[in-house]
Amino acid sequence: MSDAPPPIAATKLMKKLMAEHFLGLDRAAREGSPKVAWCTSVGPAELLHALGFLVYYPENHGALLGATRMASETIPVANAAGYSPDICSYLTADVGAFLKGVTPLTKAYGIKGVPRPDVLVFNTNQCRDVQDWFQWYGRHFGAPVIGVRTQRGVGPVLDSMVADVSRQIQYLVPALEQISGNKFDIDRLRETVGLSKQCTVMWRRVLEYGAKHPAQLSFFDHTIHMAPAVVLRGLPEAVTYYDTLLAELVERDKEGLAAVPGERFRLYWDGMPVWGRLRMLGDLMASLHTAIVASTYCNSWIFDAFDPADPFISMARAYLDLFIVRDEAFKERYILDHVALYGCHGVVFHDAKTCPNNSNNRYAMPQRLQDLHGVPTLVINGDLNDLRCFSDEQARTNLEAFVEQIEELAA
Amino acid sequence: MVTGGVDIGASATKAALLNGKGALLGSAVLRSGVDFAASANKALQAALGEAELTAGEVGPIFACGYGRGNAAFAAATRTEIACHAAGAYHYFPRALTVVDIGGQDNKIIKVAAGGARTSFKMNRKCAAGTGAFLEEMALRLDLPLESLNDLAAGATEEASLGAYCTVFTATEVLAKIRAGVAVAALVKGLFRSVVKRVLEMDTLEGTVVMTGGVVAHNPHLAVMLAQEAGREVKLPPRPQLTGAIGAALLARRSLEQDAA
Repeated sequence: MSDAPPPIAATKLMKKLMAEHFLGLDRAAREGSPKVAWCTSVGPAELLHALGFLVYYPENHGALLGATRMASETIPVANAAGYSPDICSYLTADVGAFLKGVTPLTKAYGIKGVPRPDVLVFNTNQCRDVQDWFQWYGRHFGAPVIGVRTQRGVGPVLDSMVADVSRQIQYLVPALEQISGNKFDIDRLRETVGLSKQCTVMWRRVLEYGAKHPAQLSFFDHTIHMAPAVVLRGLPEAVTYYDTLLAELVERDKEGLAAVPGERFRLYWDGMPVWGRLRMLGDLMASLHTAIVASTYCNSWIFDAFDPADPFISMARAYLDLFIVRDEAFKERYILDHVALYGCHGVVFHDAKTCPNNSNNRYAMPQRLQDLHGVPTLVINGDLNDLRCFSDEQARTNLEAFVEQIEELAA
Repeated sequence: MVTGGVDIGASATKAALLNGKGALLGSAVLRSGVDFAASANKALQAALGEAELTAGEVGPIFACGYGRGNAAFAAATRTEIACHAAGAYHYFPRALTVVDIGGQDNKIIKVAAGGARTSFKMNRKCAAGTGAFLEEMALRLDLPLESLNDLAAGATEEASLGAYCTVFTATEVLAKIRAGVAVAALVKGLFRSVVKRVLEMDTLEGTVVMTGGVVAHNPHLAVMLAQEAGREVKLPPRPQLTGAIGAALLARRSLEQDAA
């Protein structure tokens, strides 16, 4: 097997930016200024930044608990406290970690705990669990929990839906003004929406390096380099990072570096990452000379609709355009389009036990892709964080057999 | 040239040696135990002995199964999914659905008329409906494993068991024992449970072929699957050896491809 490509140098900058992000949140929470807002991954972060909040994302913390495999120790604590093993394992890992008094931020940045929130702001476009998750912390800290309730199962995104979500975002303003002590300024919001737009455009360009033959970045790279798009969206730091990363990717492209040396096959990943097994799965796919070149998950931080000229409406549209909000027909078309765009030989669906909203195999989509469109599909069972639901051996056999099958069909 | 296959499964290790025409020259089935490498070696030696061959007279040997990475003598590895498909297709060369019931895994594999696999499914991280399920139930019922088939085949009644989980099925079985349900009826109910777990995994298309150790020892499962699915179910001559035979066939195919 050829050697792995050299590591991406921009990662150092990302680590620095992430350290500054978490240390800044920790300092703000201890000093009481600026105010700290907790936000769901596709919540109204642009508005929060515009009002001067530092924004903390518990879902990102959940992913960190998964990637460090601390989740295996913290999920049972939340289960014992009444949070079912069948609900979101970001929630159970995170609440369990809080109850246990541990966080991966300690080892990474020397921080004792997650930053105390002054307000928690959700958007149910991801799922209902985020509300229940934030309510737990709201009760614990005595902090207000406010948010946006987005339509689900959306086909065409109608103007009436956009208007509804836009109004809900605007209704948050008075409460957020009061908590932050800052007056809302539409020009400041235009600025943060503009920064989010820049970030999203650049993140899309990063992902499109997966469309090259061979792919220059894989899904496993994307799960690392998406961090600034997730936690620094709406800030200039994210733009700085993707500027640096894209400049490096241009150079790497000239050298013809491949994410998976000797790439033979290309796959699309649908569903959540298995955070605690990224290394194992990445190594396995490399050994099979197969690159996972695109994913629904990493594409979910592309928000084409952001428009500084019309910030509230465009935020609403961006939050509604999201894959997870859409109906089955949209999702099927979306995956097919990306399979074609990225030249994929098949689709791997990850059926995450505790994340039904990100498990798109459950209403026979794999069968439809295969039978109606001739796209080979595989379903592997697992979970984003709860490794009790994941079998290394079964995943290995499934993925190896899938690549064998694609090879046979290609022959 | 003689080629070989070794299928190192969760419960049993199987070896098969085939001549260039695909005829079985020697084979062995042993318990896998905890030392997969030693089991693979033992199975190969036993198969060589039966075939009256030395290792030097055998060409490439392919390995499959959970322990496929533990056979140092293997020229290459393939998944048991590829090997069961190849083995079943060898005996029934047409469009197939292969139902492999193994010690801890069930697989349903679809094979096109030309022999290429088109899809497959494995059970989830749950042993309901696998060999481990029947082993556990035999233990609970204090029955030798080898007695299950005759009991199920001879049963005049059948107990209805509704639980999905092995442990909860055991609870149901205990309740029925207390209620005086005949052991044979319980065993037939357990077989029905295995068949249902298989049928809910995937649809069946083409000729249905059952493979693996569980059906080798419990052929009445094939009878019940045929009844439940309303279609004929075929068994290869040595169902438990299907994966090892498939591995040997794939080894031969690789030789032919190299030669071409």
